[in-house]
Amino acid sequence: MALPKVLGIETEYGIIVRGADSNPVSASSLLINAYISSISRKRGRIGWDFEDEQPSNDARGDFMDESIAPEVETTLVNAVLTNGARYYVDHAHPEISSPEVTTAREAVVWDRAADEIIRASMTHANAVLASDPQNADGAEMIIHKNNSDGKGNSYGCHENFLLSRDLPFGRMASQITPHFVTRQIFCGAGKVGCELPGRPNDDIGYQISQRADFFEEEIGLETTLKRPIVNTRDEPHADAQKYRRLHVIVGDANMSEVATYLKVGTSSIILSMIEDDELGNDWLLGNPVAAIRQISHDPSLRQTIMLRDGSRATALEIQWGLFERAQKYAETHGLESVGEAVGADVMVKWETVLHGLETDPDSMGHWVDWIAKKRLVEGYADRHGLAPGATRLKAIDLQYHDMRRDKCLADRAGLDTLVTVDEAVAAMTAPPSTTRAYFRGACLDKFPDEIVAANWDSLVFDVGRNPLRRVPMMEPLKGTADHVAALIDGCDTARELLDRLGQ
Amino acid sequence: MAERIQKSKPTQDTEENVDTAADAVTETGEKIKADIDDLLDEIDEVLETNAEDFVKSYVQKGGQ
Repeated sequence: MALPKVLGIETEYGIIVRGADSNPVSASSLLINAYISSISRKRGRIGWDFEDEQPSNDARGDFMDESIAPEVETTLVNAVLTNGARYYVDHAHPEISSPEVTTAREAVVWDRAADEIIRASMTHANAVLASDPQNADGAEMIIHKNNSDGKGNSYGCHENFLLSRDLPFGRMASQITPHFVTRQIFCGAGKVGCELPGRPNDDIGYQISQRADFFEEEIGLETTLKRPIVNTRDEPHADAQKYRRLHVIVGDANMSEVATYLKVGTSSIILSMIEDDELGNDWLLGNPVAAIRQISHDPSLRQTIMLRDGSRATALEIQWGLFERAQKYAETHGLESVGEAVGADVMVKWETVLHGLETDPDSMGHWVDWIAKKRLVEGYADRHGLAPGATRLKAIDLQYHDMRRDKCLADRAGLDTLVTVDEAVAAMTAPPSTTRAYFRGACLDKFPDEIVAANWDSLVFDVGRNPLRRVPMMEPLKGTADHVAALIDGCDTARELLDRLGQ
Repeated sequence: MAERIQKSKPTQDTEENVDTAADAVTETGEKIKADIDDLLDEIDEVLETNAEDFVKSYVQKGGQ
């Protein structure tokens, strides 16, 4: 039985301070601290607890290779927000890890909330910069929601899915790979130029994905070097006897809400099918690393890639194949594991986007980032007689992802939305009600002075007794609003809450 | 494999609705072109004045 999906999105944003010498770590710290300072009371000042961080654990067991284990950086700014998210500096980028949610739609809501948090942070950080007497030149901090600087440096937008520990990792990895390689045709964010090592940047005028050039392995533990299509980090942030977490590093950050929705929604459905062993092996790939690049480098969508049986298929044909299997799965098993109504809606939009890509790709410019961006890039090139890969076209690429409202081109590209601004703004401070993120967020909101540390699977309280009290949250679907809202509302103090939890 | 791929293609278009669909596509196409013209006008206004310098100076550290 497929587990009910628990998922989240982590986004590393690009950051630059224009008009000043600034290193990205201190700029990121300034950004986050400016936001935290703007929040009333002590909210968000609570530190992150690293007790259970083990990013070097490998899902393949005692697998040893020459890769360097990722290390937890504990000295940088690291905050937990009342919406249940983590906001911190990671590898010289500001990163927001969304709270745990249960559906693709919720994922979009808290991803949009993350964008609004970034925008608010940028405003506050620029006010700090403007008030600095040393900043006579008017330095300005600018954030981009993208995955590449166009010069060979990439940073990620990761998805996380909770899976059963019983699911054989090897089977899951090989079966999910065809989707991870081909889903870019509707969730790629588009890129001007090529960043494949050893190939000239202008070799490719325009490609589908921001990230495809950076994947060098089919499977592995790395996230910053020799990036793998399937990442084996085994750090469930939950009961490790029962669960594993699939840490997906292969996606692009999307400006289009529908693209985020489809990226997370289709992946949730495919994972449920794999958990129930209903996906089959029809679409296993011959060379996934070559395939992810071949697909990205061909916006005409005609490129075929090699399947394991030696035959060839286009990304669209593979997506149709996966979609049809998903349709059968929905009929036989239902889509309760991804949320029945959201799952049904994802299926409709999935079919619509594949049909649009097949018949008239430009008609999908209101949903698909790489198409929306391509129309801007090509239209601008035509109008001004620019050659493919021209620097001004790269400027359009970059500015598509600009988080400043008055500069962002994605905002002007006619993208459909799924979430209202009010809903996104509410989710900046309110946690999802459907997971343990509710308990984390509601406790941080109500008892900020008594919580000394927090992480994904525990909260640490100081209520004036020794020792500190750690409340474990090893079950991601416990601690929902249904479970604990009345309890938290009914407690005037954290001590009372702990006493009642202990009963 | 060829057979499977053929089977995977959607077959919902009957001959009757192909013409209407084609008209709709042309109409959508024209609307898209008008929209894009407006948008390109706007890009000229919104694009950073020193866009080329900005692109050149945009260097990030690699992340995850």
